[in-house]
Amino acid sequence: MSQPMIVVEKTPLTPRVTRFRLARPEGKPLPVFSGGAHVVVEMQDGAALRRNPYSLVSDPFETRFYEINVARAEDGRGGSAFLHDRVQEGDTLRIGAPTNLFGLNLRASHHLMIAGGIGITPFLAQIPQLARMGGSFALHYAVKTSADALPDLPEGTHLHISDAGSRMEIAALLQRQPIGTQVYICGPERLIASVRGEAQALGWPPSAILSEAFTAPPSGAPFTVHLARSNRAVHVPAHQSLLEALEDAGVTAPWLCRGGACGQCETRVLSCKGEIAHHDHVLTPDERAQNHKILLCVSRFAGAELVLDL
Amino acid sequence: MTIRFNDETFRDDYSFHNSPEAIARFPFPFPEDSYMYSVNMEPRRGGRGVFEKRFDVDEHYISEMRDRAITLARDPLRCQSLPHMELAGWDFLELIMVSKSEDYPELFSLTRDGDRWTWENRPLGIKDSFTFLDASTLPYGPMDYITRQTQGDMAVLDQREENLWMDAGMVTSQADWSLDFDVGMNFYEWHAPVPRAHELGVFQRALTFLLNVQQGAPARRLNWTMTVNPRLDTAPETYPEWGPSKRDVTAQNVGAKQFLRVELQTFWRLPRSNALAFPIRCYLISLQDLVSQPKWARRLHRVLRDLPQDLVDYKGFAVNRPLIVEYLRQFDDGAPTSAGIFPDL
Repeated sequence: MSQPMIVVEKTPLTPRVTRFRLARPEGKPLPVFSGGAHVVVEMQDGAALRRNPYSLVSDPFETRFYEINVARAEDGRGGSAFLHDRVQEGDTLRIGAPTNLFGLNLRASHHLMIAGGIGITPFLAQIPQLARMGGSFALHYAVKTSADALPDLPEGTHLHISDAGSRMEIAALLQRQPIGTQVYICGPERLIASVRGEAQALGWPPSAILSEAFTAPPSGAPFTVHLARSNRAVHVPAHQSLLEALEDAGVTAPWLCRGGACGQCETRVLSCKGEIAHHDHVLTPDERAQNHKILLCVSRFAGAELVLDL
Repeated sequence: MTIRFNDETFRDDYSFHNSPEAIARFPFPFPEDSYMYSVNMEPRRGGRGVFEKRFDVDEHYISEMRDRAITLARDPLRCQSLPHMELAGWDFLELIMVSKSEDYPELFSLTRDGDRWTWENRPLGIKDSFTFLDASTLPYGPMDYITRQTQGDMAVLDQREENLWMDAGMVTSQADWSLDFDVGMNFYEWHAPVPRAHELGVFQRALTFLLNVQQGAPARRLNWTMTVNPRLDTAPETYPEWGPSKRDVTAQNVGAKQFLRVELQTFWRLPRSNALAFPIRCYLISLQDLVSQPKWARRLHRVLRDLPQDLVDYKGFAVNRPLIVEYLRQFDDGAPTSAGIFPDL
């Protein structure tokens, strides 16, 4: 259920981050959305069809266009490189409907946003929404070098450049928040873990901390899966996820976030002779140990045989 | 398409009646001859009769809204919206106004000039101009305003902590549950009284499905109960007014006084708030009208005859089940029934 969009602007913001402005072909208005939502962008890269999720950075009430900021991934599987190197203004990309797995808690008295690198993107859409409602918020944005910092940051952003010696003091930050503060973290896994750890040590309730990790499906050794219902084998190469390999093979599997967070792609494992590498955020430790389920979008397998209920 | 609106009551003299057209399009909820809870959700993609329009308007529209106004005047707590739900209320107002003005252009119009909107509701004689997102320009909060003009109860659910929270609603035709009691509860909490479904795992699966309902991809399901008299206001708060009527049912009047009450529930992801709108549209049919469709008569007899006692208790007709089954038995010749809910033509 994706729709075609024209790339009306392609603007490099930093050496690694480029912004793409997308509009409908006939200029028809786009659906409004809630800050924190992402869209899945489809890219036809030769024979490979890639689908990557990107947070919408434009004002959620802006209906003339959507914007996404794409960071060139260090050792990615090619999606961000494709966008940076091969997509030009005037090209067509297909996107899905906005989906929000990282929404604002509108009950909060104050919103504390902690961004690491490209993790700033969902906050760029949430801030105009909060400002319009008269909400109280503070954005702390950590980057490695000053060249990495996005230009035109929202007014009042606290910028922390680690190479310049200005690191975020997470414990101090968490200790001076008013009652009713909701904390949002978006960035590398270690930043998320660090903030969550400090928050727990300080006695914050878990529900007051929300996080979104931009987990791209990790690469790994190639493997083969057997599909019980269709009675066929599908090979998963090193730089493709299991979900992507299945889709290339014409197998319909459910999916939503494509980042191991929502559970939509959870599939029954009928037989596992080997080890499943669970890279998701959904299964419990018990479920991981039992190997009866696998999240297709991010997890991988090593061993003699994996049979799926597909 | 013109609708002739009834002038009828859902209390006191109970002059409610269904035309032959209303009977033919009634959403009979049973696709087979027995009933058990299931996660019977499906995508909401048009269909026949009551399934066609996004917010179905029928001959009962004006009278239902009049009955809602009476209930609200007596008990304002039937409509509540926690402070953080105002944005969801605007989302919901937009959804209903856009849907109804597109689906019933002869009845409703919406003109929008930036955020200056004008809404006209011809059946109710309403024409209001207001500023979208500015509650001071409407006579009520946005959800309150539009649900006073829309058939069916409405719950607007906040989505957070991997759960849904009943933080707003307009509830005046409920099957014996209280918005004032439930407001602020989450999905598992407000479903606590339902027998068996928790053990069956129905609610975990239903919640997972609902948490993942996306913009532009609504879902729907049917639910049902039984009611004595065509009464909409069957709330715990007014139980003394309607509860004792169960004892007035006799073998002679059960066809006229006993009603099957079906809820067409739809689920919509709201765009700006990311909340979930949950309209519960209520349709009533007397047993004597229902049995005019032979397939429904046979099937309802079998479903109610075989329904486990704890479900009968929960659905509120335990006292009269024998009378009801006895009445329906005369219409069940044992012939096979076709699959699906629609009557045989």
